[in-house]
Amino acid sequence: MITDETMEYVGILAKLELSPKEREAARKDMDGMLQYIDKLNELDTTGVEPMSHVFPIKNVFREDIVTNGDESEKLLKNAPGEKDGMFVVPRTFD
Amino acid sequence: MEKQYETVIGLEVHVELATKTKIFCGCSTAFGGAPNTHTCPVCTGMPGSLPVLNKQVVEYAVAVGLAVNCEISKSSRFDRKNYFYPDNPQNYQISQLYFPICKNGHVEIETPSGNKKIGIHEIHMEEDAGKLIHDEWEEVSLVDYNRSGVPLIEIVSKPDMRNADEVIAYLEKLRQTIQYIGASDCKLQEGSMRADVNISVREEGAEELGIRTEMKNLNSFKAITRAIEGERARQIAVLEGGGVIVQETRRWDDVKESSYPMRSKEDAQDYRYFPDPDLAQVEIDDAWIMRIKASLPEFRDAKMERYKKEFAIPEYDISLITASKHMADLFEAAAAISGQPKKVSNWLMGETLRLLKEKEMDAEDIRFSPENLAELIGLVDEKVITSSVAKEVFEVMFESNVSPGAYVEEKGLKTVGDVGALQKTVEKVIAENPQSVADYRNGKEKAIGFLVGQTMKAMQGKADPGMVNSLLKELLVK
Repeated sequence: MITDETMEYVGILAKLELSPKEREAARKDMDGMLQYIDKLNELDTTGVEPMSHVFPIKNVFREDIVTNGDESEKLLKNAPGEKDGMFVVPRTFD
Repeated sequence: MEKQYETVIGLEVHVELATKTKIFCGCSTAFGGAPNTHTCPVCTGMPGSLPVLNKQVVEYAVAVGLAVNCEISKSSRFDRKNYFYPDNPQNYQISQLYFPICKNGHVEIETPSGNKKIGIHEIHMEEDAGKLIHDEWEEVSLVDYNRSGVPLIEIVSKPDMRNADEVIAYLEKLRQTIQYIGASDCKLQEGSMRADVNISVREEGAEELGIRTEMKNLNSFKAITRAIEGERARQIAVLEGGGVIVQETRRWDDVKESSYPMRSKEDAQDYRYFPDPDLAQVEIDDAWIMRIKASLPEFRDAKMERYKKEFAIPEYDISLITASKHMADLFEAAAAISGQPKKVSNWLMGETLRLLKEKEMDAEDIRFSPENLAELIGLVDEKVITSSVAKEVFEVMFESNVSPGAYVEEKGLKTVGDVGALQKTVEKVIAENPQSVADYRNGKEKAIGFLVGQTMKAMQGKADPGMVNSLLKELLVK
């Protein structure tokens, strides 16, 4: 079982505020996921290299050439708000 | 007896790479564009966009790694560092935690007690964040993502430094090396080189490291020195008062000369790194490493040795000229064209350094060409202009890289070789300065210097001082 402390901590990290009901539902889902993943622990993986990618690809590069122009107008349409060509966000301090 | 403390310092240095485009998209990295005009779906974190690695970033990172004696990882990959902050549109920064591109290097620095090796733990590639601006009128912040996705390398040192002088020497060494490669211009004030300083104190002789704090916002060597001294004193005061150091990030305020803690690490430190599935593994074979190794320039130490053998100029001059690759290139080219390395060195050591200092410029910003410097030296050698006129021409050339020959012609600055015209001026100076004339005639030989000066002034520097001198002597004995 995932503890109350862990549920609260995960909530803080994800910036989610959960009602007691939502929290219980999330706990149940997460428990299920962990149990599913725990299955892997039953396997002996000694000597098996950790895999970081499901596709056998490597070295996918671009050349250092400018290909993009000014798309700010289109991009800013996706912003929560726009002012002086910039994205408007809630006031944030360092 | 009072306790003695030792300071232990390690550095995280971020360097902005001099690529034309960002690390994962084809947006320009040019400085100074209007807000968000150098952005695309990738660097603004739009859902479904796919980052593709800029090959030049890998080449620069490997070049720097080789230059600082690192092992190059045959296989390296990118991880996501998760945190929420509006300057980071994806809510994660793409960085390298588990398999960085370079590991286990070192550089050598000079200290009063001899050369010292500073270990480099690792170098990794990552992306820069956007810029947050706080709105003056409303309770909001504004974000410009032009810098988002600009490639960085982070060079993490081992905790091998013991005082501010060693830190500065280490940073100078990194800066020179990276500038020589051309991987970055490494300007602290402009943020293309940034240093975070990890600092702890321990009792002299202690084996174990003390608890460290991390200082941010250090944008000059002076600020770094003051911050190290300030933080050392603060930590010692805490320990002497029976307190404990809290591991935290502190922001240095160089105006107040003190630091204050930034956001608490308790909830911010858990970055939940995991491999970025959008990016393929980077595999670097020996052939690629050899190719990059072969393309590395001659570095400063090797260059200094060669100059000592090739050019008859003082060691001190050599060390200043080679401190900047641009200056060294300029020196070599101008020396080759003019055949006068000593004179080229004199111009660089004298007028060039004076003007750089006066205008608060870096050697990298020198605009005049080696051809023009060589031409100026030729004009003086052939006595077309006097050395005082040459200085005047040099200042103009320093500003705008004009051709000295053309400028001298245009402004009529050639030395007056016509004895008749010169004689008139000398006669006038003699007539106007009876006291100096009397002094000279009474055996005060030095008085002639003043008369030469007055004549040169009247000729606006366009006379040959030797000629003026002999003419004066001739007329004064009459």
